[in-house]
Amino acid sequence: MLLITCPHCGARAQAEFTYERTVDSIVQPGADPAQAMEQLFARTNPRGPDEEVWRHTFGCRAWLVMTRHRVTHAIEAIRAVGPETLP
Amino acid sequence: MTRYSALGLLRGVFNGHSHWQPAWRDPEPKANYDVVIIGGGGHGLATAYYLASVHGIRNVAVLEKGWIGGGNTGRNTTLVRSNYRLPQLHNFFEFGLKMWEHLSDELNYNVMFSPRGAMFLGHSDADMTRLAERGDAMRVSGIDAELLSRDQVAKLEPLLDMSRSARFPIEGGLIQRRGGTARHDAVAWGYARGADRLGVDIIQKCEVTGFVRQGDAVVGVETTRGRIGAGRVAICVAGHSGHVAAMAGLKLPVESQTLQALVTEGVKPMINGVIMSQSLHCYISQSDKGGIVMGGDPDNWPSYAQRGQPMVTEGAIAQAIALVPSLSRLRMLRTWGGVTDMSFDGSPIIGTTPVPNLYLNGGWCYGGFKATPVSGWTYAHTLATGTPHPLNAPFDLDRFRRGDTIDENGVGPMPNHR
Amino acid sequence: MSGPRRDGDPGSVRFTFDGKPLLARHGDTLAAALLANGIGLVARSFKYHRPRGIMAAGVEEPNALVTVGAGGRSEPNTRATDLYIYDGMVARSQNRWPNLSFDVGSILGLAAKALPAGFYYKTFFGSAKRWMFYEWFIRRAAGLGDAPTEADPDRFAQRAAFCDVLVVGAGPAGLAAALAAVEAGDRVLLVEQDSLLAPSLIRDPQDLDPAWAQATAARIGALGGRILLRTTAIGYWDDNLVTLSQRLVEPGEQPPGGPAQRLWHVRAKRVVLATGALERPLAFAHNDRPGVMLSQAVRTYVRRFGVVPGQRVVIATNNDDAYLTAAALRDAGAHIVAVLDTRSAPTGATSGFTVHNGAIPLATKGARHHLREVSARIDGKVLRWQADLLAMSGGFTPVVHLHMQAGGAKLDWDEASQSFLPGAAQQNVTSVGAAASADPVGPTPAPENPAKSFIDFQNDVSLGDVDIAWAEGYRSVEHLKRYTTLGMATDQGKTSNMAALGRLAEKQGVAIPEAGLTTFRPPYTPVTMGLLAGRTERDAGAHLRRLALYDVHQEKTPIWQPLGYWKRPRAYPQSTETLAEAALREARTVRTVVGMTDVSTLAKFEVSGPDAAALLELICATTVGKLAVGRGRYTFMLREDGLVFDDGTVWRLGEDRYLLTSSTGGADRMATHISYVRQFLCPQFKVSAVNVQEHYAGIAVAGPQAKAVLSALIGDDAPRHMSIMKAMIAGVPVQVLAASYSGERAFEIYVEASKAEPVWSACEAAVSARDGCRYGMEAMEFLRIEKGHLVVGGEIDGRLTPHELALDKMLNKAGGYIGAAGLTRPALNSPRRKQLVGLEALAGTIPEGAMLVSLQGQSAEGHVTASGLRVLDGGSIALGQLNGGFARHGEEVLATSPTRGQSARVRVVAPHFYDTAGERYRD
Repeated sequence: MLLITCPHCGARAQAEFTYERTVDSIVQPGADPAQAMEQLFARTNPRGPDEEVWRHTFGCRAWLVMTRHRVTHAIEAIRAVGPETLP
Repeated sequence: MTRYSALGLLRGVFNGHSHWQPAWRDPEPKANYDVVIIGGGGHGLATAYYLASVHGIRNVAVLEKGWIGGGNTGRNTTLVRSNYRLPQLHNFFEFGLKMWEHLSDELNYNVMFSPRGAMFLGHSDADMTRLAERGDAMRVSGIDAELLSRDQVAKLEPLLDMSRSARFPIEGGLIQRRGGTARHDAVAWGYARGADRLGVDIIQKCEVTGFVRQGDAVVGVETTRGRIGAGRVAICVAGHSGHVAAMAGLKLPVESQTLQALVTEGVKPMINGVIMSQSLHCYISQSDKGGIVMGGDPDNWPSYAQRGQPMVTEGAIAQAIALVPSLSRLRMLRTWGGVTDMSFDGSPIIGTTPVPNLYLNGGWCYGGFKATPVSGWTYAHTLATGTPHPLNAPFDLDRFRRGDTIDENGVGPMPNHR
Repeated sequence: MSGPRRDGDPGSVRFTFDGKPLLARHGDTLAAALLANGIGLVARSFKYHRPRGIMAAGVEEPNALVTVGAGGRSEPNTRATDLYIYDGMVARSQNRWPNLSFDVGSILGLAAKALPAGFYYKTFFGSAKRWMFYEWFIRRAAGLGDAPTEADPDRFAQRAAFCDVLVVGAGPAGLAAALAAVEAGDRVLLVEQDSLLAPSLIRDPQDLDPAWAQATAARIGALGGRILLRTTAIGYWDDNLVTLSQRLVEPGEQPPGGPAQRLWHVRAKRVVLATGALERPLAFAHNDRPGVMLSQAVRTYVRRFGVVPGQRVVIATNNDDAYLTAAALRDAGAHIVAVLDTRSAPTGATSGFTVHNGAIPLATKGARHHLREVSARIDGKVLRWQADLLAMSGGFTPVVHLHMQAGGAKLDWDEASQSFLPGAAQQNVTSVGAAASADPVGPTPAPENPAKSFIDFQNDVSLGDVDIAWAEGYRSVEHLKRYTTLGMATDQGKTSNMAALGRLAEKQGVAIPEAGLTTFRPPYTPVTMGLLAGRTERDAGAHLRRLALYDVHQEKTPIWQPLGYWKRPRAYPQSTETLAEAALREARTVRTVVGMTDVSTLAKFEVSGPDAAALLELICATTVGKLAVGRGRYTFMLREDGLVFDDGTVWRLGEDRYLLTSSTGGADRMATHISYVRQFLCPQFKVSAVNVQEHYAGIAVAGPQAKAVLSALIGDDAPRHMSIMKAMIAGVPVQVLAASYSGERAFEIYVEASKAEPVWSACEAAVSARDGCRYGMEAMEFLRIEKGHLVVGGEIDGRLTPHELALDKMLNKAGGYIGAAGLTRPALNSPRRKQLVGLEALAGTIPEGAMLVSLQGQSAEGHVTASGLRVLDGGSIALGQLNGGFARHGEEVLATSPTRGQSARVRVVAPHFYDTAGERYRD
């Protein structure tokens, strides 16, 4: 069970978090429809690191982007997203 | 190849079983094949078998990076059934179920297909209506399905908690009596032996590292054992579909996630058939060696590690014990994980790709084992003729772009909502 | 000779084995007690039902499995070597009929030559029915013990713990590591699977005084370290999470109050594995006979339990350790008739024993299910000895399971000891003591009769089976394991894996490390399922959400209906009414007078800020921003792929304030979705979206009298249809939304949940005064079906577009909403897809969920999503999805349910049966 370092809460057990989707699947509002569908239905799905969208569901409920390796599960980077992170 | 039979076993008494031949050869890869199948799991081996036996295409190689049957076929929970709601799915799996019924004889290898009944439990009136709907859809398509009352469920599985105050009270069930279990390894080995006998080369310890292209078309593969030319190349690697397809520049509507399962120590018979639930994800059956085989929710995150997290199995066990309290004092003997290729409508992908000569069979989510024969059959047809069989025509790769998805659960493209 | 007990004291603890009353001493394992009572035959093997005794003294025991305990507490397949005696213990042998000494199943042993590994793949052909006939017998012969049929009376607890250092194993190395850690100021948790500390020191006090262990433990405790006995580390997971299984009582023993076992989830900064090593047996013919035991186990019985398992002993070994066993036995009065050492040169410490070097153990012979004779080849000649105990040692295998479970860990091959040692690890873990090193061994000679030389004792797999598997092409270690089933028994290959690998490597012509390894998987030793489930399986209350107005409903004892985690009243039957009768009465009352119902579970969100409308117009596919303040509208939401997944209403409370409602069943999903859109897709928006689902209770009042009821309650004019206003009821502030699901003039009253009861009471008084009544979900269904209102999970099943649900006229023409891109996909425009229709029965009742089949057709063209009736006029109607349904109004089809034996001929019509003009809403 991974120890995930939430930017707000510190190191917490994986059971507190929910994986949502990969970053490369995200469709921005207003994107070109054909491109949007291409993006929604295609994944690199690598056997290595990838960027993922998670949520600290049973903690601060923040949305997070995590770079994580799909074989070793090592978390290379993690950051919060949302209005508070805007410059 | 020596035919398997009881008489053969008797002969073995006198010669120390020295007359049996290797179930498959271990040949060096040739420079070229008509068809190269990437992936030596149940599906890839079945495809090779049907290419040779049905279509007479024997100049075929199955390339397996590890040892055959090492993925799903080496670790699944053995359920075989066709009780799906949507007709494209239940008709496809039903064709397969009919193949299971005589597969041991076809392969001269006992795959131990046991139609002991696959039963969904309903826990509310709403569940029962959903089950009736599923059963009605099956029956209208000519597939067996039977609604069960509480009493009938209790008779079939006396150890279910039928009390009204149970954590998951049981209102009834839907059974497919022709569904059941099979011996998972045996299927891979049986198809391997059958294909090998017909001249197919099964090349283990041979990992594909790239595709050889001529213009757009694929004309071969690069492997850890050298370059192999091919008329057609068939990807059949389940959880690794994305990884292999990427070598051809393809991104797939598939995400690889972990699914765990577990088995208990062997006990005398206690579970008669396969117990599943309309609203819970846990499923329970008992192997012929006596261990209770079960699983539950997937781990719901992308991973190729073939291992999962403990709280997921703990949750599945909690559900299973709530359904069958007698499981409590049994001991979990082993738990393991595998990689499932979650497609974005929950249905498989079998057919052509945008790359000429390159074919794809994947997207099986956690339901691929039961489809081993029909997957091989339809994929072989597709490879032999260049066009899909009517049964796999709906499962083409392009359906996501077009909007023709076959979404049994109606949850859309996020695997986590499945 | 005074029997197996060294000092003759049988002890005073009473237990029974197969009904026979026996005595034991405190601290005995069942195995020690059985040996002390002269009982050598303890079990029958899985496949051939060969007579088996006790081979080991610990968790690696493959043979001596018993069922212990009674009723719902009985535990089958319990190792007698891992079970500590308690007063009144009832233990029974397994897998034999009628009894251990005469077991009918041993016929299979006679047929063993015809039944090698994998024989079942080569026969039992025929129809599937025929296989199931064979299977009936196979399943009864297979399995070991019997599962209990009664409910488990005990509880299991779970606990999380955190420490700086987790030390697994309280032998000398583990104790030393734990001591060093506490002395360095670390928080330490030390766990030991046995019932006492450092059992190896009791076995071999010559290494170190056992008193040292007690003193060290005391010091560890004094410095704040924690020690748990009877606690096994079962699994090693990501990021140094280790799961422990702690036995608070022995198997089958009744806990004195409190749980029987405790599951620990321990997060440790670093882990020290002091897990020791397991002894390997030797392979020779009939090496599975009762009386053949592992040498170090014999020494444990002699020194720790004071039991001498035999008087005439042969030692067979390839290493020095077995000589310690010879010495211990001699000191206890047994006679060592011979030491068979496979090594060609003597290696010291052999004084006083008859040692044969270069010995090749050949076979054993027995009488009355016990060892009687041992034979070996010495210098080409066969020698025999009369013996009742053979203590064998093939070397030691460090226990590396947890090290390997951690993921990314490696093993290093040690040629001298012929074993794998823990190598590099990705996690913060080290191994110490016998788990990290092993003494050199001599050769392990190949047996002359491999077919009868067992390596996996429990599953009856011999070296001959390995050879057969090899010959048949099952040559990778994984194929070998799966084909022969070796390593798959309850001991998971603890005493068999190395022998199998050795044989395989020989066949492959490679060194052992190149032959491959199977995967190490949790649990290290089998774990009670109930323990892993924890308390949750006992608590029916897990994940149950209670309505704020629960008590109020319960007063009228409704029929409750589960809906996700909620229970909602389905109907309130009066006197002897059935569910259907009650629901119809309630629905009619709504149509003719007035009714009230609890709508608290609807999802509700307060969305406010300058960008509130913009956010809502992303999530909803209709316009929102055009609403005037105080007005509301119906809306629906699409997934990114364009399909409808939820619906609800949206209301403008103020300039920049909106209230969104959506379905109960989709509430959690919608909350996550809104949060994702706001936080992830539009962080730059100036908006806040708050989930107020449980903050507000909701009471709907519906019917021709509803307006009068509401006016009276709020002391003001009721809001017009699709308007919202603030008001007070019974002194409580409320929001009144003039919305209708039922088709009558209706109002939804939202009130802070903690203040809902007085509002409900006031409404109910007003409703009752007009001869209205409460109505439940069932009546709500009848009412909404008649109106053609959609339900999530019914008509909205995640597979239809807005057009197919006849909602496309409401689509926001400006586009830009989530799902707009998905709707451009070409196949979604096909007129042959499923479309929403109404159905009216020509006769009979339309079954819900039934398939719609055209009168000539064979295949299903749609299904009935909801079955209802015309509330006032009677007659079965329904809503459904039908291929190309819009163009088929007037067509007759069949609604058929073969599983329920019901069908009805129906006419396809528009999906509105009541007040299609919406007159009932107008004042």
